[in-house]
Amino acid sequence: MTPPISPWIIFLASIITSNMILANFLGMCSYLSVSTEYKTANGLGMAVTMVLVLTSALNWLVYEYVIVPLGLVYLQYIIFIMVIAALVQILEMAMDRFLPEMHAKLGIFLPLITVNCAILGATLFQVIRHYDFLQSVLFGLGSGLGWWLAIDMLAAMREKLAKVKLPPGVSGPALAFIITGVVAMAFIGFSGIFVIQ
Amino acid sequence: MDFMIVAKTVGSLALVSGVLAVIISIADKVLNNYGQCKLDINQGQKQLTVEGGSSLLSTLAGQKIFIPSACGGKATCGLCKVQVLSGVGAGQVLPTEEPYLSEKERAENYRLSCQIKVKSDMQLLIPEELFNIREFICELVELEDMTYDIKRLRLKLPPGEEISFKAGQFVQLYSKPYGKVKEEVFRAYSISSKASEKDHLELLVRLVPDGLCTTWVHTALKVGDQVRVSGPYGEFYLRGDCEELIMVAGGSGLAPIRSLVYDVIEKGLPHKMRFFFGANTVKDLYYMEEFARIEKDYPQFTFIPCVATPEAEANWQGETGFVTVALENQVDSGQGKEAYLCGSPGMLSACIRILKSKGFTSDTIFFDEF
Repeated sequence: MTPPISPWIIFLASIITSNMILANFLGMCSYLSVSTEYKTANGLGMAVTMVLVLTSALNWLVYEYVIVPLGLVYLQYIIFIMVIAALVQILEMAMDRFLPEMHAKLGIFLPLITVNCAILGATLFQVIRHYDFLQSVLFGLGSGLGWWLAIDMLAAMREKLAKVKLPPGVSGPALAFIITGVVAMAFIGFSGIFVIQ
Repeated sequence: MDFMIVAKTVGSLALVSGVLAVIISIADKVLNNYGQCKLDINQGQKQLTVEGGSSLLSTLAGQKIFIPSACGGKATCGLCKVQVLSGVGAGQVLPTEEPYLSEKERAENYRLSCQIKVKSDMQLLIPEELFNIREFICELVELEDMTYDIKRLRLKLPPGEEISFKAGQFVQLYSKPYGKVKEEVFRAYSISSKASEKDHLELLVRLVPDGLCTTWVHTALKVGDQVRVSGPYGEFYLRGDCEELIMVAGGSGLAPIRSLVYDVIEKGLPHKMRFFFGANTVKDLYYMEEFARIEKDYPQFTFIPCVATPEAEANWQGETGFVTVALENQVDSGQGKEAYLCGSPGMLSACIRILKSKGFTSDTIFFDEF
């Protein structure tokens, strides 16, 4: 087992050096499809961050107090996904009730997030890396913020580039891949500042 | 041993999903409970007390106010617009609604009723004619072959109930599951009977190859069956701001035109009427004697059946060629005329092109497409 890492290191690393999209390439589907407009991308980023924090915390509890004691580790994937789906449902209802303004902005993204692999990915990383509760929550928060940062950057660039005349082969999704690749390479420059495994 | 593992797996998954299901349904009960809400429609014209928590569209449907919706609440058809003046959701357009609401509609507080949840008291404006829309469980009293592929349905409304519609409007007919089709589908059919006859409805249904609803009508439906319809709907009705009405129909598009012709005659309106009825072959023609009789009794009405390719043995004496040819040759200008068209999209666009070249405008051409 690795020696305990400070939760704050985990938090910063998951935003920058272990960015969900730019280092792990997780959650790419909605990242690519909902990044043509900055406004919507920002909404999705916010929703992903919120769900990531909550699922990281909840799935840590579920893993420690349900899955491990009952010897259900071989079913962890299914259970994690069910927990995520249920949480998103309840979150949507609660948001609709108590934060209608926010629901109007983010409500349509929530069902989309249920099947976003970054969410399940974060849960599985924290299990594999034996994070404790605080580490898990900060890892979830950092991963979410990192995802948000990446989609915001992509959307901002795509919005600018939409006004530019491009050769047909590099427009649309191709352009999104090129931008993502360049940004990911730029993020390699951060490597070595923080390391989490 | 293997059995134990299977049992444990199934048991734990059932348990976990059961627990989650219970939590969700409790959350639904607690969070989605908005209590009783008062809906005020058209400034006090109708006041309803309803249970909150569902979409406005389905809440209103539960109160027998049917807002038209073709997609069933998925925000893909944009038909279910209502004005929300106050209450939760007033003036707060969701991203899902944006494509369907113009600047002007947003300024006038239009929303898609399928996208708003009833959470508080609300003030709504709903177009007057939608109050007329109701659901009827009718009895099929006549089922007649008009041609080899068109059937006439005569439906009797439940005792004591009436439908008031404008000639030219349509109803939605709900099919029942039959054969391999396991679900109910609904399709729109124009009313072919007289608007003055309020306790019966007549529809003309042409068999569409592989059509779910038309196949049901043509193969499964029998006289005496219960048939569910809702309506009336539609913007295709007589404006009458002119001297002459040019009517064009193909196939079962005859239905609303028949209703319109009777409406003009029964109300004693002065309009001249010319009805161009297009058919591919002579055996596609129907209602010939009836329209010939109307033509004889009412000089204001002229009936012009056109057959594109008459069979040699039919000895066809009337107009030969597409209905568009007759239209081109016989209508001189759009001056003082309105056109009412009902038929296939191809026929409609060809007719509209000709009529526009004659001086008709979008304001004097009315059509119902199928």
